[in-house]
Amino acid sequence: MSSLVAQLIVATLVAGTPLVYAALGELVVERAGVVNMGVEGMMVVGAVAAFAVAMATGSLGLGVLVAMAAGMLLSLLFAVLAVSFNANQVAVGLALTIFGTSLGSYLGKSYVGMALVVPPSGLGAAAADIPILGQLHPLVWLSWVLFTATWFFLYRTKYGLALRAVGESPASAHAIGYPVIRIRYLATLFGGALAGIAGAYVSLVYTALWTEGLIAGRGWIAVALVVFATWRPGRCLAGAYLFGGATMAQLFAQSAGVGLPSELMSALPYLATIVVLALISRDETMMRLNVPASLGKPFSI
Amino acid sequence: MHPSLTRPNVPDRLELRSIRKAYPAVVANDDVSLRVAPGEIHAVVGENGAGKSTLMKIIYGIVQPDSGEMLWNGREVVIRSPAQAQRLGIGMVFQHFALFDTLTAAENIALALPTTPSLNALSDQISSVAASYGLPVDPARPIYTLSVGERQRVEIVRALLRKPGLLILDEPTSVLTPQAVEKLFEALRRIAADGCSILYISHKLNEIQSLCDSATVLRGGRVTGTCVPRQETPASIARMMIGEDLPRYREATQAAAGRTRLELANVSLPTRDPFGTALADVSLGIRSGEILGIAGVSGNGQAELMSVLSGEQRLVEHGAVRLDGEAIGHLGPAERRALGLRSVPEDRLDQGAVPAMSLADNVLVTVNRGRATRCGLIRFSWIEAYAKTCIETFGVRCGGPAAHAGSLSGGNLQKYIIGREILQEPGVLIVSQPTWGVDVGAAVVIRQALLDLRDRGAAILVISEELDELFDIADRIAVMAGGRLSEGVERACTSRDRVGLAMTGGHGAPSLHVKEADDAVAL
Amino acid sequence: MPLHFEARTKPSAKMVWLAPATALALTAAAAMIVFASAGLDPVQALATFVLSPLSDWYGVGELLIKATPMILIGVGLSIGFRAGVWNIGAEGQLTIGAIFAGYLALRFGPGDGIWVLPSMIVAAVAGGMLWAAIPALLRTMFNASEILVSLMLNYVAQLWLSWLVFGAWRDPAGFNFPQSEPLAPAALLPVIIEGTRANISVVFALVAVALGWILVGRSFVGFQLRVTGLSSGVARYAGFSPHRAVWIGMFAGGAAAGLAGVGEIAGPLGQIFPTVSSGYGYAAIIVAFLGRLHPVGVLLSGLLMALIYLGGDSAQMSLGLPSAISGLLQSLLLFFLLAADVLVQYRIRYAPRGRSALGAAA
Repeated sequence: MSSLVAQLIVATLVAGTPLVYAALGELVVERAGVVNMGVEGMMVVGAVAAFAVAMATGSLGLGVLVAMAAGMLLSLLFAVLAVSFNANQVAVGLALTIFGTSLGSYLGKSYVGMALVVPPSGLGAAAADIPILGQLHPLVWLSWVLFTATWFFLYRTKYGLALRAVGESPASAHAIGYPVIRIRYLATLFGGALAGIAGAYVSLVYTALWTEGLIAGRGWIAVALVVFATWRPGRCLAGAYLFGGATMAQLFAQSAGVGLPSELMSALPYLATIVVLALISRDETMMRLNVPASLGKPFSI
Repeated sequence: MHPSLTRPNVPDRLELRSIRKAYPAVVANDDVSLRVAPGEIHAVVGENGAGKSTLMKIIYGIVQPDSGEMLWNGREVVIRSPAQAQRLGIGMVFQHFALFDTLTAAENIALALPTTPSLNALSDQISSVAASYGLPVDPARPIYTLSVGERQRVEIVRALLRKPGLLILDEPTSVLTPQAVEKLFEALRRIAADGCSILYISHKLNEIQSLCDSATVLRGGRVTGTCVPRQETPASIARMMIGEDLPRYREATQAAAGRTRLELANVSLPTRDPFGTALADVSLGIRSGEILGIAGVSGNGQAELMSVLSGEQRLVEHGAVRLDGEAIGHLGPAERRALGLRSVPEDRLDQGAVPAMSLADNVLVTVNRGRATRCGLIRFSWIEAYAKTCIETFGVRCGGPAAHAGSLSGGNLQKYIIGREILQEPGVLIVSQPTWGVDVGAAVVIRQALLDLRDRGAAILVISEELDELFDIADRIAVMAGGRLSEGVERACTSRDRVGLAMTGGHGAPSLHVKEADDAVAL
Repeated sequence: MPLHFEARTKPSAKMVWLAPATALALTAAAAMIVFASAGLDPVQALATFVLSPLSDWYGVGELLIKATPMILIGVGLSIGFRAGVWNIGAEGQLTIGAIFAGYLALRFGPGDGIWVLPSMIVAAVAGGMLWAAIPALLRTMFNASEILVSLMLNYVAQLWLSWLVFGAWRDPAGFNFPQSEPLAPAALLPVIIEGTRANISVVFALVAVALGWILVGRSFVGFQLRVTGLSSGVARYAGFSPHRAVWIGMFAGGAAAGLAGVGEIAGPLGQIFPTVSSGYGYAAIIVAFLGRLHPVGVLLSGLLMALIYLGGDSAQMSLGLPSAISGLLQSLLLFFLLAADVLVQYRIRYAPRGRSALGAAA
């Protein structure tokens, strides 16, 4: 295998991983009938929390854990307002994104421009000889484990069936005895945890430095990816790497001296998101069959 | 195993003592007591708004009573959730089904079971229950591909697999054809014979008489009587139910039907909605001075027909819909309204009115041309006066034009919505389920208003699931099944059985006309 | 939990206005906690935060200058939000307004024709509407989420502006800083209060509030938008076109944001930088909600949000806190508002449970 292709594959996986986490989390949330548009905000807070902890302790693992906790805390805030009190889910999600972004810049002020110096992870050192796979960070591996587990949970366990049922018809699920509110809380918290990891991955692994606007809309792209994936995990994974690839292509294109302005190249992922959204959403029948029927609608007993 | 009806010293399966539940606006249940013996089929009778649904929700743990006691097999229980009710052995079959459309029948059933059998084992269980009670179910099919009757069977089988001691059925026949009702009753009798008690909620007196061992009658949230239905007459039960004799309609003074006002010619409409029904070659004509009734089980294309007539669904073929000969298939609802074609949708709170807006504001939803606005600005005094007129003319009980639509009872809101259209004296009126979930008093007002409008020369189309309603007010009746519409037949020339048979579809579109031979039997 | 939330039969009219006040009080409390955790005297710091920006006329002018774009955009967005049209792209629409107006200013500004400024304004409004038309078109044609599309376009607009200012528009005499040459006087909005920077765009904002009030409160179109937002079923039955609502909603927001964009470069900025908005497009979302999607409410909440912006600046200067604190407090305010809104729809009741949860037979 030529080293350029190998490099491209690695780069794609590296760039796609935060989207895998964030989109997978949001997918589970939406499968339970809840739209949390605060993914961007949760990622920002996850990123800054992980960065701060890693700077202070030197431990990436601890940083990731704290980021998870931070993401869950924010998603809990969302759940209280949107799930318990039936506030408009779009409005609360937007508020969460605005809040998370502001909190991120407030907390991150003192870290701006700082870089993280960390030793290579254990797995990386032991497996460095294996082509492609050996160069990947453990968090990339973990994303695959989580993907498999999530898929198995959704389609092979009764709890997963119950979660999908809640997204389909919370009133029916309640009527046959399922705790709808609790299930929606758990799904929302899961989404928060994964958004937190996604943010941590960006600040700790992907860039390893802190700047303002680090997340740069990745949370929003993740939300779009869930639609693109028509709420199916496999397509979500593929979509995440597709976007990862698009992000990386611009860097390779630049280094190869393609004469396009860098700003245009940077805009490509956003433009691609728009095009893909339009293409997917136009098939009304497919959307109707796949979208969780209660998506975004509040439920009260 | 199961104690039987006749054995003494066996505690009641369920006993309610002085149940009370009050909401801010209304006392839904007051001092309600009832007893159901093991294996008994017990009817809870009452008109819409009498408190039947609240009582069932209390038994099933969806709603908590303010006071009162509940005894299960002789021991006092407090049921806090449906999950707990199911653990006790209470099963429920909901009027609008608690099913998940995109999941298969087997998945729907698996979700409700406490254990998780393998799909094969579950399919075997389903078939065996299905066979023993005559309730065939295909486990592998997604719910949205099933007919309403099949969906109900899935619900019943799901409840039976938990081996309940009490099965609650809420208005189970509202979605069934008369023939399917018979099959359901057979199954229910077998279920009861095996010792499972049944609480049967209905307002259809003939069904209660043929099925139930005993009945508790509710009116305005209170028990007004208990009886053995077979020893009563429909009239005597009705008196307990509404406190007076069933009201009659004023005699029609109608002249013969006039010229055709609204016409639909060979409309076929493929559905883009996977949960919808395609219209297949539908034609109809409504003449001035007549009410055309369309019977059929919901979900057979009525919603699609309604959207084609009202203009919510515009057609490429302009001439497929004609009003007084003019092609209007391309016009939207507002434009058709301006031409005198008005409609009343099936769903009051989702389509007919905005619950969070005042009654006055809700006038503007369909009455917004001419004097309601000036230079694009709303004339608030005018819409308020209009709302007031509507409230007075149709006896709408409410807190005045400023009351939110959502604060009205179903019957009063329905009177208001139909009144809003009738006050505009439409030449053609399309009404879907005019009295669904409405109390008897309001239903009489609404049906009378439709009859009066017809007598003033309007052409009216009524889509209804209630055969009784259509036989009460329609001049001609047509049947909708599987997206097809039969031809309309004079009411006097057909019978409930004929219509019921046509509602099942299949059978190469049976004629609605009662044949000579049937005639003798029917009369 | 012994606390019960009981749905009110009808939303409490008192709470509709009490909720924002509650949210404001909670935000002030949160601010004091932040100040205290930074080792400051919370009461004094809050006083500095709120009062020092308004100590002179210049400060009042600054308040107006900051409030104007948020009020403008807030009014525009609230028209769409009422109809359930979620335009999150005001930031990008503002940027495009600045680009369109900036092009005219740089190209024709040096001549002192009186038509320069009006044509800049028209171009900015058209630019904002054009940018808003993209999500509107994709929503009406392909049913694509206008939230995601309009949001994505914010990044695209920002990158476009960067490309211009780092490239073709860079001032040759600007010591290689990424900024355009200063706009000519003919391309600047006239100041209306002597001794401040408050310019004519303040009047635009007031006109927008008045027009918005007529549209939202008195007009049949406003009624149609409200019905569309409250119930798609009723709108369909009534024959109110959902597509029309999308276009009106998006255009209102886009036009207002475009106007705010020219207000920035032809007003306080006076030239074009890679970033022309201080997050006004996002802040206006908060302004719209805080103002109850009502133009008069938007006017008040816009002033309040501007005060928090200025407070952040003075906190940075005199208290040594990062100015990001203003964004933090603004977003907290929105959160508290959404929480306080629970009181509009629910009544909180204390009702301890008497009996045990498990029945005898369970």
